[in-house]
Amino acid sequence: MWSIIREAFDKTLLVAKAYGILHITNSYLCTVALAYGPSMIPTINLTGDLILAERISPRIGKVGVGDIVIVRSPVVPRRVVTKRVVGMEGDQVTYLLDPHNSDEVHSIVVVPRGHVWIQGDNIYNSKDSRDFGPVPYALVEAKLLWRSFVRGASIPVCKFACDWSSGMCGRLKILVQCNTYQDRRGK
Amino acid sequence: MAAAREVLVSAAKKFFVLGLIGVPITDRFASVVPVRGRSMSPTFNPETNPLFDDRVMVEKLCLRRYNFSRGDVVVFRSPVDHKEKLVKRIIGLPGDWVGTPHTYDVVKVPEGHCWVEGDNEIPSMDSRSFGPIPLGLASGRVVRIVWPPQRMGEVERKVPEGRLCPS
Repeated sequence: MWSIIREAFDKTLLVAKAYGILHITNSYLCTVALAYGPSMIPTINLTGDLILAERISPRIGKVGVGDIVIVRSPVVPRRVVTKRVVGMEGDQVTYLLDPHNSDEVHSIVVVPRGHVWIQGDNIYNSKDSRDFGPVPYALVEAKLLWRSFVRGASIPVCKFACDWSSGMCGRLKILVQCNTYQDRRGK
Repeated sequence: MAAAREVLVSAAKKFFVLGLIGVPITDRFASVVPVRGRSMSPTFNPETNPLFDDRVMVEKLCLRRYNFSRGDVVVFRSPVDHKEKLVKRIIGLPGDWVGTPHTYDVVKVPEGHCWVEGDNEIPSMDSRSFGPIPLGLASGRVVRIVWPPQRMGEVERKVPEGRLCPS
């Protein structure tokens, strides 16, 4: 009887250790994610790209201008977005106020202490710091390391692996923020 | 000599396994952290002696859905220094209008943000100095005081009167 309990305990310990390794790797080392949406075209595909992002650089402060980062959205905290860092704290950032209509009207902003300015590569269809302002650096979760060369996540295996890993390790399905063309025109 | 190495190796293995299981638990369920400073007096650290900091239990299950309530005490990373963690009480949720008693300002808390303040009237590093903060900065909710024994117990949810303007 004791041997059964002992075996059950050993198996549970094995599962717990495996989960621990998975969690530590996903939260502190690197994570797999599926990034989709129009705001980072042409860097990231509209229908989705498999990306590998590492979590060490943001912790040690090694994120800089030009990096593509995964950031927790300041508007919807359950959502995570992929954008490019355009300005670090203290930088002066110039951006077009209305890229659909005018090439001339700029706005200049100085990024406050402890914040970063993020923008999507596709400025015509991206909700980013131009809408919600500079983002605290602590919201930066990971830095992009690698993007799959097989474009598009229509491959069922890739999508399944991402769903599984994001479900197991807590919600890292990346949404690259959408903003329909009609919405911006209507403003 | 070899026996001592064996003991050391087995002890190292046990610590490693403990860490492997302990890290997901502290990240996903609950952890115990010390509270420093007196910005949350009298709820935490009512006396000035820094040797006897309060220790509190922080639960992380709230981070699945980020559904906080007014009056919750939360631990969050500071918006001006990403390495620092602060403990304050949530006064306003998205959409609330929060009034400051000493000025005539009334601030509307934007979508996805919250207004946090320390319980102590002395202004501290909270929303009175850096404004509303994104809810994504939160890294847990304080539920119990676990040390010192005479003040062990639940941390209640309470909102100071007259701060929230009726919407």
